[in-house]
Amino acid sequence: MLDVRSLTVEFRSGGVWHPAVRSVEFAIARNETLAVVGESGSGKSVTALAVMGLVPAASGRVAAGSSIRVDGRELVGLPEKALDEVRGNRVAMIFQEPMTALNPTMTVGEQVAESVRVHRGLGAAAAWSESQRVLDQVKIPSASKRMRDYPHQFSGGMRQRVMIAMALACQPAVLLADEPTTALDVTIQAQVLSLIEDLKKEFGLGVLFITHNLGVVALVADRVAVMYAGEIVETANVSGLFAAPLHPYTEALLASMPRVDRDISAIEPIQGNVPSIREVGVGCAFAPRCRLAQDRCSRERPPLSRIDDTRTVRCWVRGGTA
Amino acid sequence: MNVNPILSVEGLGKRFSSGGGFFSRATQVHAVVDVTFNVGPQTSLGLVGESGCGKSTLARCLLRLIEPDEGRVLFENEDIAGLLRPALRRMRQRMQMVFQDPYASLNPRRTVFQTLAEPLRVHGLAKGDGIETRVGAALAEVGLPVDSAKRFPHEFSGGQRQRICIARALVVEPRLIIADEPVSALDVSVQAQVLKLLEGLRERHGLSLLFVSHDLGVVRHVCDRVAVMYLGRIIEEAPVPEIFDQPLHPYTQMLRAASPVPDPQARFALPRVMGEIPSAMNPPSGCAFHPRCPQAMARCSEERPRLVDVGAGRCVACHLHSAASAEPFV
Repeated sequence: MLDVRSLTVEFRSGGVWHPAVRSVEFAIARNETLAVVGESGSGKSVTALAVMGLVPAASGRVAAGSSIRVDGRELVGLPEKALDEVRGNRVAMIFQEPMTALNPTMTVGEQVAESVRVHRGLGAAAAWSESQRVLDQVKIPSASKRMRDYPHQFSGGMRQRVMIAMALACQPAVLLADEPTTALDVTIQAQVLSLIEDLKKEFGLGVLFITHNLGVVALVADRVAVMYAGEIVETANVSGLFAAPLHPYTEALLASMPRVDRDISAIEPIQGNVPSIREVGVGCAFAPRCRLAQDRCSRERPPLSRIDDTRTVRCWVRGGTA
Repeated sequence: MNVNPILSVEGLGKRFSSGGGFFSRATQVHAVVDVTFNVGPQTSLGLVGESGCGKSTLARCLLRLIEPDEGRVLFENEDIAGLLRPALRRMRQRMQMVFQDPYASLNPRRTVFQTLAEPLRVHGLAKGDGIETRVGAALAEVGLPVDSAKRFPHEFSGGQRQRICIARALVVEPRLIIADEPVSALDVSVQAQVLKLLEGLRERHGLSLLFVSHDLGVVRHVCDRVAVMYLGRIIEEAPVPEIFDQPLHPYTQMLRAASPVPDPQARFALPRVMGEIPSAMNPPSGCAFHPRCPQAMARCSEERPRLVDVGAGRCVACHLHSAASAEPFV
């Protein structure tokens, strides 16, 4: 349904274009959740913005040769007006901070109704009742009353439900969720995650779920793409990834995570820091922090090697001798 | 707790007034209510709970950054309530705090050296070359190069800034560090570096730690004991790992079940968590958790359960467990 090929997004800094996302490729099928996991600066959010056509034109650009297809239709290079039709109708996005994404001066019901009017061309009355229906669907208690309230009268979890309702109101095929539960408490996070899961099943949504939290990945993902410094370094089925991480970065990330379910005598931190997009050298971006690094790693950039039908890894050591 | 605790808190309470104007009366918000716990020497106590449960207010009350309304705080057997400025300053030298946001808690116009030298001067702990030696030692201790002393906070990454904050706390050689979500703003890989650092410091200096966090995974790793807060009260306190492996209070159980674990085998069904966290302005009657509790009984909405000792170093405030022992926990 969503097919992204050699996506490169660049940002200008000091007069030079630096790639924040480099040749990223993935596809999402109906009723499938792809989790994109990475730390800050890994390019995971920029990837989602690019799919939505929301890379800020003033400082950023999607590089030539990138391809983003939704239902077979190419989005890169599409004029803004045509893009508007896809955006919202076929692909919808929810963000980490629902308060900044909602209009504080409009009631929640009006905001959802507005998006229905704009995208589906319904009249005011029909849009209002549709608004109530979707707010019910995301399980906002007594939705018919609460839709007359303003965003600040809602809790964080309820605001995120409103965002999800707005996204769903346009009956999209693909939902992009950028850290949708990061600002929420764990019990509320669990509620929102199960809501997204239910809706995915009900509508056969394809979900791109962006998160830094490997625990959340294990909860929601069917497949996982691990990003580091703008690149996908590993893709796998969720069970395969956690059972046997291949890329040294994935492995190190798992080893550095304190867990609530078991005692780990020692967590193993990854030395150093995530490089900024200006610092990435010619070789493997992870090489300076990698415990398996060899000479070749800092000189040559490894390709994404195919291990089997479900796995790829970008590593000279673990990817076989390509 | 048989050894003399380094920090002993009894019946601590803090109220804030909220709202109130010409036509309406101000409402009292009970942010912290009747909180009692001890931190033993060289141990680390975790304080966990969701937003608004009062854990950060509680941490600030201990240093009198916020003045508590009720109860007693004994630090090294000294009641901090009556302390006047000079004595309070001496107390704060031995009890230091590290905050969540290393960006907001460092003065951007001061070099690292100036930041670390100030507490030494304020507390009169060193002069001249002595200051330089101790600043250098503190930087080495937290794994920062000596030349970072000349640099400004903006030249450092988030993890390094948190190291600077920890160095600032360490430089005065405290006995207890109160850390309020010290790794929440950091990436996973960097978070592990800071946790490892705290672990090493505890071992080398015999520090006690009060670790406030919402992340149960981090708390399991760092702490010896954990107190769980809900709407201003401690509802369970127990040693690690028991509190995570067999939580007694239904809220602790819910918190544990909702905490994501990096293992898809443990996915079963996403936990169906009920309800939202109620507002502290209008807490439910009886047990504050009863509207969300899957095991609530009639009694729970009428009578508030007391925190009682249920043996094996565990306390819990829940009617399901109060029958096991009638001994009220003091």
